[in-house]
Amino acid sequence: MSQYLILLYEDEASYATADEATMNEVLQAHNMFAENNGKALQGGNALQDTSTATTLRSDGAGGFTVTDGPFVETKEALGGYYLIEAADLDEAIAIAKQVPAKFGAVEVRPIMVFS
Amino acid sequence: MVDAHRREWAFVLAATVRVTRDLNIAEECVQDAYAQALAVWPESGVPTKPGAWLTTVARRRALDLLRRDAVLRRALPLLVEDDVAPPIEPTDAIPDDRLRLICTCCHPALARDSQIALTLRLLCGLTTAEVARAFLVSEPTMAARLTRAKKKIAAARIPYRIPSASQLPERVGSILDVVHLVFTTGHTAPVGDDLVRRDLVERSLDLARMLRSLLPDNADVAGLLALILLTDARRATRTGADGTLLRLAEQDRTAWDRAAIAEGVALVHEALRSRPPGRYALQAAIAAVHAEAPSWGATDWAEIVALYNVLAQIWPSPVVALNRAVAIGFARGPAAGLAELDTLAAEPQLAGYGYLPAARADFLQQLGRGDAARLAYEEALLLTENVVERNFLLDRLASLGECRSAEGV
Repeated sequence: MSQYLILLYEDEASYATADEATMNEVLQAHNMFAENNGKALQGGNALQDTSTATTLRSDGAGGFTVTDGPFVETKEALGGYYLIEAADLDEAIAIAKQVPAKFGAVEVRPIMVFS
Repeated sequence: MVDAHRREWAFVLAATVRVTRDLNIAEECVQDAYAQALAVWPESGVPTKPGAWLTTVARRRALDLLRRDAVLRRALPLLVEDDVAPPIEPTDAIPDDRLRLICTCCHPALARDSQIALTLRLLCGLTTAEVARAFLVSEPTMAARLTRAKKKIAAARIPYRIPSASQLPERVGSILDVVHLVFTTGHTAPVGDDLVRRDLVERSLDLARMLRSLLPDNADVAGLLALILLTDARRATRTGADGTLLRLAEQDRTAWDRAAIAEGVALVHEALRSRPPGRYALQAAIAAVHAEAPSWGATDWAEIVALYNVLAQIWPSPVVALNRAVAIGFARGPAAGLAELDTLAAEPQLAGYGYLPAARADFLQQLGRGDAARLAYEEALLLTENVVERNFLLDRLASLGECRSAEGV
C-alpha cells in the first residue's frame, strides 16, 4: 500500500458567496466521502482561506522576509487535503474522483518514501 | 537479422518487466538479449522460436542482476502488479504481457507526449534517438521526457496491470488515440520534405495489429485497424512521380493496395456491428466508401455525408465538421459546401488549421471567385510547413493566375 495526498484547489470567492444551503450540501458531501472511504482515509483537513496565510522566505543569512498572503495568488487556491492509502494510482484516482470539489479540482500526489 | 525480430520487442520486454518490475532494468536486459542474438545467431542459426529465445535470455539476465545487486541498481520503486506473484524462474510457457505494457505506457495520468514516446520506445522498440527524430526534438530532450515519464510510473505507482473490465474500455480508448496519433503524424508529416513518414505509419500498423490480436472482440480496435489499412492503402498514389501532392480525385485507383482494402473493409463491417458505432469505425467506413468507389466521379457522396452526420454526433469535433462541410460541397455543389464552411469560420480550434482556407479556396475557385480564392490559398500557405503541401498550394495559386489572365483577354 502507498500513501497519497489529495489536494483540493477551489475558487475561494465561490465559497465566500455561497448561501447556507450550498455550504450544508458541501459539508454533507465531505461527510459522505469520509464515510464511504473510511478504510483508505488516514487524515484530512480544511484550511482557512488564503487571506489568513503568511508566507516566510529565508534570506539565507538568518533573516526572514515575512509576507501577508499565500505563496502564490491564484483564483483556485489550496483549501484542504485528504491523506489516503491506496494500492496504486488507479485506486487513488478512483478515491480522488469521489472528493467533493464543486468549485475547482483536486490533485493527487504520491507521498515520498525514504528508505 | 535481429531487426527482423524487432516486432518481438514488445513481447520480450513485457515479459521481462514481470521479472524486474522496473522498466529501465528490463530495457537493459532486453537490449543485452538482442546484442547476444546478434553475436550468437550468425553462428548457431536463428532459433525456431526467436521471441521465446530472446525472452528467456532477457529474463535470465534480469534474474542475475536482481540477485547480484538488486537494491543498488534500483533507482525507482518497484512497479505495482497484481496480488498474484509472477513466476520467479523463467518457464517454458511465457505469458503474453504486452497488454499490461501498453496499458501502463498509455495510462491517462501521463501526458499525451509521454504516452506516445513510451509506446514507441517500449512497444515498438525504437531507440531514443529514433523517437526523438520522429517528433523532431533533440535526443537529450526525448531522453529527459522518457526518464520523467518512467519516474512518474514508478513513483506515483501507475500499475503494471490489465485494468478491470469496467475500466478497460476507457483505457483502450486512450491507447487507440495514441496509436491513431502515431499514424496521423506519419500519414501527413507536419513539417519536412516528405509527405509521409513511412516508419511511423508502419509502427502504427504494427501496434494496431498487436492490439487486434490481444483484444480480438473489441470493435474500436477493429475500427482503428480498418481506418489505418484503408487510408494507408492509398499511400503509393498520394504523390506523383515528381513528389507533387495528388488529391483523391487525381490518384491512380488501380495502384491502391487491394489486399489492404479488402482486409480493411471486412474489419469495417465487423466494427459497425457494435452499437453505437465508434469514432474510428465511422472514419474507417468513410475511407471504405472512397476505397470502393471505382472512380472519383462515381463516389457515393450522399453516403459519405450520412456517415459524417453520424460521426459528428458521436464525435463532435471542428475537424469532423470541416470534413463534413467539404463532403457536402461534393454532394450538393460548391455553393452548398462554401456555406457550410462559412459556419465554421469563427471556430477557434480551426483558426490555425490550413485545411479550412484550402477547402474554401477550392470551392471559391469552382465558383469562379478568383480573387477570394487567391486570398484563401495565401492564408492556407501561411499555415503549413510541409513542403509537398506547400508546393501543391503554390500550384493552385499559379493556376488562378492563368484563369485571370484568360479572363482579361
